[in-house]
Amino acid sequence: MLTAAIIAILVTMAMALIRAFLGPTEYDRMLAANSFGTKTVLLIALGGHAFSWHSYLDVALLYAMLNFVGTIAVMRFFQNRKLDGKQESGRAP
Amino acid sequence: MSLLIEWAGALFLLAGGFLCITGGVGLLRMPDFFSRVHAAGVTETLAAPLLLFGLMLQMEWSLELVKVLMILVFVLATNPTATQAMARATLTGGQKPLVDCTREKEGESSSNS
Repeated sequence: MLTAAIIAILVTMAMALIRAFLGPTEYDRMLAANSFGTKTVLLIALGGHAFSWHSYLDVALLYAMLNFVGTIAVMRFFQNRKLDGKQESGRAP
Repeated sequence: MSLLIEWAGALFLLAGGFLCITGGVGLLRMPDFFSRVHAAGVTETLAAPLLLFGLMLQMEWSLELVKVLMILVFVLATNPTATQAMARATLTGGQKPLVDCTREKEGESSSNS
């Protein structure tokens, strides 16, 4: 069952990669990158148990934190850049 | 009892893999960004804890189990937050959700300005 789950994660990673390549906007690419990162965490956790690597779960935990912080940072950058372009039509928070 | 736990772990892993593939298909085939973020976010929020819980059921008692539990709690907390931040940034950035059926029939140009 571990093998089936790993194959499912790999198929989903391929789909996210296709969406990241042909996404129309940059938000689609960032969504695909975030999905790819989450799937990477799962792949490290499951694959490390299946192949009995050493200290793989620390890598998975660190990658989960890094993926979250990177997604938030890039999205905040997009938000501020778009707001700088059309400052007069922005709603008051 | 051990056999029961092993079968439950296999069931959790299969359900998690199925939800994973469902999220990938939704990410690939949905028409606009907001439906894509819905498909990816909703399925990932359930798929990652299912897979990690199935992995926990397959392991024996050790420190590694606690680490998997920490990853589970962290992913469960941050994944909806990242999804909400992405949807909010997209809405602030000027994209509109695709809600009009007649506009959908005109063509699939995603520049709905």
